[in-house]
Amino acid sequence: MAQSKDEVLAGLAGLVNDETGVPVESVVFGKSFADDLDIDSISMMTIVVNAEEEFGVKIPDDKVNELKTVDDAVNYIVSAQS
Amino acid sequence: MTQPVLQQTVGAAYTRILSVGAARGDLDVPNDDIIGPIDSSDEWIRQRTGVISRTRASASVSAADLATTAAREAIARAGISASEIGAVIIATISNEVQTPSMAALVAERVGATPAAAYDVSAACAGFCYGIAQADALVRAGTATYVLVIGAEKLSDIANPTDRTISFLLGDGAGAVIVGPADAAGISPTIWGSDGAKWDAVGMDRPLREAFNDRDGNFPTLRQDGQTVFRWAVWEMAKVAQQALDAAGISAADLAAFIPHQANMRIINEFAKQLSVPDSVVIGRDIETTGNTSAASIPLAMHRVLAENPNLSGGYALIIGFGAGLVYAAQIVRLP
Repeated sequence: MAQSKDEVLAGLAGLVNDETGVPVESVVFGKSFADDLDIDSISMMTIVVNAEEEFGVKIPDDKVNELKTVDDAVNYIVSAQS
Repeated sequence: MTQPVLQQTVGAAYTRILSVGAARGDLDVPNDDIIGPIDSSDEWIRQRTGVISRTRASASVSAADLATTAAREAIARAGISASEIGAVIIATISNEVQTPSMAALVAERVGATPAAAYDVSAACAGFCYGIAQADALVRAGTATYVLVIGAEKLSDIANPTDRTISFLLGDGAGAVIVGPADAAGISPTIWGSDGAKWDAVGMDRPLREAFNDRDGNFPTLRQDGQTVFRWAVWEMAKVAQQALDAAGISAADLAAFIPHQANMRIINEFAKQLSVPDSVVIGRDIETTGNTSAASIPLAMHRVLAENPNLSGGYALIIGFGAGLVYAAQIVRLP
């Protein structure tokens, strides 16, 4: 079932917090996973796999590298759900 | 005319690992010694891989030398004569020549000649592939005892400027003797391959291309770390569970979990996905030995037993996974 961008953002922020301890309020639109939130590639992959389960979408390996920002991830998930 | 009946052999009903031997590179190489060419830091490497230092071998020490040292310890601990060994299997990607095999040389050095001797090319899964073969050989009556070795000198194929895998790599060898047992000591092997990910980890270019390179640059290892990480944790957790199911036990019945020492982050996430109880000792030899590919499981097993001798006789889940991609897992009774 498709979710709104804000709903996906809230869920994603929880997953980021679970994996890295980054506060959920820091995971907002406009932030870069690597540069702003200091999330490394291994943590990013863990978040991606957990996001697949949480949101019921597939995020292929070659797509992961394109998800540089919170916006990229939320937009991709929302698009994949629809 | 009556056709004569062929004879076939039948071996022991059960097998187990009787002993384990180990040899690590003679040089301890801390992170600070390798961070320059990759413009990194000790903290960066520790945080991403859990590696503090890796053992590497001096220029004069080959993978076959390490294999020989480890094998001699395994033979002595098994309490058998080398002449009783029917086959020598070496899992390696470090043989200095494409032929002949490292196994034939090591068999001769340890006094196992004329045992059958051959190398296995299954990268980081190679040791578990070797265990699968040794188990089958002994139960088929083809050999009474089999010497299985994982031996690598990965520093020979590490590029100091590579940021994908080279800084993880170490040198070492681990060896075991597989032989007959009174009770089941090696569970059914769960193994396989996924050649669709053939490019995910391996050499950066073919040998022929390097041969024609006027600069003489040798092929070196590289990997797509994210692809390998996802596969190594979530796909291999399924394989590990299949191995537990095939053995008829659960993770709570394990004394030790000894996965291929690829990266501490993989080991930790793997244990989490598999719900390994806190009571289970987890092999974390990578911290000071580095990733030694086919050698990493027997080296980690050797260390787990050295630090926890009370685990002898307990069950250990071993799982190797790597370039191919290929994988293999068993539950074994610890020697």
